[in-house]
Amino acid sequence: MRSTYWLTALLGWLLTASQAFAIDPLPFKDAAEEDRFRALTSELRCVMCQNQSLADSNAMIAGDLRKEVFALMQEGKTDAEIKAFLTERYTDFVLYDPPLQSKTWLLWFGPLAILLAGVIVVIMIVRRRAAGPDQTPTPSNDEEW
Amino acid sequence: MIRRLLPFFAFVALSALLYAGIRLSQERDPNAIPSPLIGKPAPEFALPALHQPDQLVRKSDLLGQPYLLNVFASWCPSCRVEHPVISELARSGRLKVIGFNYKDQREDALRWLQQFGDPYAQILVDADGRAGIDLGVYGAPESFLIGADGKVLHKHVGPVTAEVIEQELLPLLQGAQP
Repeated sequence: MRSTYWLTALLGWLLTASQAFAIDPLPFKDAAEEDRFRALTSELRCVMCQNQSLADSNAMIAGDLRKEVFALMQEGKTDAEIKAFLTERYTDFVLYDPPLQSKTWLLWFGPLAILLAGVIVVIMIVRRRAAGPDQTPTPSNDEEW
Repeated sequence: MIRRLLPFFAFVALSALLYAGIRLSQERDPNAIPSPLIGKPAPEFALPALHQPDQLVRKSDLLGQPYLLNVFASWCPSCRVEHPVISELARSGRLKVIGFNYKDQREDALRWLQQFGDPYAQILVDADGRAGIDLGVYGAPESFLIGADGKVLHKHVGPVTAEVIEQELLPLLQGAQP
């Protein structure tokens, strides 16, 4: 029981420690600026470890790009300008929200198309059942398979 | 009959899709980010030379001859793997090789070169990684093939191998030279 407590405490400490490590101390002038920085870097994808956001990653390049994002914020650049700066160098890869282009329409509308196909199949099955078993005899499972 | 075969066709279609996915990831490293700079002029830079720290090397100083800009660092294990290949390429004289010492300590870089040999015609130092960001560098090793006109012809992420040189880099130069 006691050991579980200590393990939990250790785990909690490790989690908070790694969190603190990922975020370098940057001289934010107020909380609003820090919130904007957090929001922006969590929308950007780390180029080295690509299943992490720029905000979470410990990769060296992620730290450098966080510093760069911070410097651009100090220069008064908008979020869109900062994203453009990064896509010019690292392509749309850095954006978690890829722009709508001819290349990405399948990505954006593919799930919707699958959902529509599912709806059509369900409607077809419901209609066939509503037509009654006397008109289209439903074969038993053994026959079908 | 067709209704009975429907699950089979669905299975075949799904297999084909998954197989295509495997093939695509074999042909190209899915984690390698393609450079948006290909076909465009390389970004301007003015970086100190490793061997002459007080001398700045600019992009314009390197024009007139194609070269391979090889991003390396003493902290990078894969750079040791590709180093013999890079050295052989430089020795053969088929392509000029310029080093790009990325986020390294000067003493460490010099010791590394002393240990493994220095094949580079020149070495640029990007100590803070700022010039690397302009090039779209996100790790080491990476290599950029730059044309005589200063345009980026190709980018290779990861260790350069003999196959990469023969199949990716040199054919691009033969196309560019009359």
